[in-house]
Amino acid sequence: MDTGSAAAHPSRAEIEDFLFHEAALLDDWQLEAWLKLLTEDAVYYVPPNDKPDSDHRDTLFTIADDITRLKERVIRIMDPNCHAEQPHSRTRRMISNVRITGIEGDLIRVAANFVCYRYRRFERMREYVGSYRYVLKRMGNDLRIKERRVLLDAQELGSLGSVSFIL
Amino acid sequence: MDKRDRRNAAFIIDDPDNKRFLLNREVLVSEDILRREQAAIFAKCWIYVGHASELKAPNDFVTRRVARRPVIFCRDGQGEIRCLLNTCRHRGAIVCTARAGNARRFNCVYHGWSYGNDGKLLGVPGDEAYAASFQKSEYGLTAPPRFESYRDFWFLNFDAEAQPLKDYLGRATDYIDLVIEQSPSGRMQIIAGTQEYDVAANWKLMVENSVDDYHLPSTHSTWLNYMKNSGVNVTPTKEAGMLLPSKGLAIDLGNGNFTTDNVNFRGRPVAKWIPIYGEDAKPEIDAIRKELVQRLGPARAARVADTNRNLVIFPNLVINDGSSVTVRTFYPDGAGKMHVTAWALGPQEESETARARRLDAFLTFYGPGGFATPDDVEALELVQQGLANWQDVPWSEMSRGMGKDSDFLNSDEHHLRIFWRHWNRLMEGG
Repeated sequence: MDTGSAAAHPSRAEIEDFLFHEAALLDDWQLEAWLKLLTEDAVYYVPPNDKPDSDHRDTLFTIADDITRLKERVIRIMDPNCHAEQPHSRTRRMISNVRITGIEGDLIRVAANFVCYRYRRFERMREYVGSYRYVLKRMGNDLRIKERRVLLDAQELGSLGSVSFIL
Repeated sequence: MDKRDRRNAAFIIDDPDNKRFLLNREVLVSEDILRREQAAIFAKCWIYVGHASELKAPNDFVTRRVARRPVIFCRDGQGEIRCLLNTCRHRGAIVCTARAGNARRFNCVYHGWSYGNDGKLLGVPGDEAYAASFQKSEYGLTAPPRFESYRDFWFLNFDAEAQPLKDYLGRATDYIDLVIEQSPSGRMQIIAGTQEYDVAANWKLMVENSVDDYHLPSTHSTWLNYMKNSGVNVTPTKEAGMLLPSKGLAIDLGNGNFTTDNVNFRGRPVAKWIPIYGEDAKPEIDAIRKELVQRLGPARAARVADTNRNLVIFPNLVINDGSSVTVRTFYPDGAGKMHVTAWALGPQEESETARARRLDAFLTFYGPGGFATPDDVEALELVQQGLANWQDVPWSEMSRGMGKDSDFLNSDEHHLRIFWRHWNRLMEGG
């Protein structure tokens, strides 16, 4: 297979398959498998609701993880003593409007809409609505996540509670 | 609610002879008590509004709710900082709907009354229809009776007779100063980006939680584990009663204000390196510490750099100077729910790299995506759920460390008792 040409022309279907697979791993709490989808320099950002277009180096984010902290985050939330996720949230995410927004060498920029419904214990349902922004990296026949940015549409996070799961 | 049932029930049982302190759980669940708190506490105490650094230029404003009231916190055209109650004097609508911005005027969308950012009523459409007795000068936006600041921290008070803010803060100013001394120029700033989270728990539980180091090993074992994995020593010291890696005290500052005062073990952006910051951060941390020593002398520099503190300004301002500095305030929305707002605070002249490190350190612990705060939220919500049993299990036990001769530890409940005694005094009318 000519990976160069595949990188140059990824199909939306291929990207969608990848995002749907990732969503299934997250919703199923297969977080060790999910980590394998990441590059060794992956980053994960949830900007603050009042400054969605900002930089984590000069603005207080909700989450700004490098790969080291992401791995620690997975250790933490899989630990039975992570009280906020014990029992685990039940999440179900719907991903749509997937768009390839740019290609630079082996990097593919992707935007997608999402709704993530979250139930926990007997609490009311919480509904996270927003946009995923990915930088994916072509590695052979596979795709990997180099950057994962979650932009929330809610004006404020308050009523949605803690982001103690992987959003 | 049956008033007879609790007619004679005290809010607290404070029994030094038997070294016993009990809290009546009704104070955490009762809507009637919440209404009384609005009058006895939120309308009597100094309540944090905002930090001067949020209003950089003339005509800058932010809107927020303070003590449940929508207010405009703004800098007028002359540069003076003001607080205006965000309600039209005509029929009541909010006159400023944006969260933040820069505006000379605030216009009511309903009938078009418009106000200057000094509060003056400037425009009333069709004002010739009013009688001569109608004077625009009487209908400016209302300011709270008192509005004062200490070193850029602005507070309002709805009690015109309240003691001056500086006196109210009392010895707490020493600890505010200690936080501000991280800045070479003595100017701190609120950093962009707001964290907000609701907690389904009574607001007073957040006061307790913000200073209670007793809960750290059990609630935050995953955070301690993360610290350990990153190379920080988290083994408790051998001293009797110690649960934490370093010694910390609980200190009464008067007027219901109090703080923890801890020997740092968790790293500090100013200025104690831990491996999480990365090897390449070492020279800058060393330089920051050197500047502290030059400016403040070695003893005070060590105080700034090697100790941390969680400070409560009664009733609802918390400055946590720990893994990073957070300014946190919260207000009740019903007896069983609160809104929390938190900001990061840092030296105004901080370098880009130091600022990035400060924000990164913040997220290791604090906030709705942090490695600790979500577990605090969980703990407080579990408390509130359990409190539904208050009529059958009416008292909470809060006597840890009571009657000690030596210093009170941060893991004792001395500082929680300070809060509740002061709260009780105000609720009982003085």
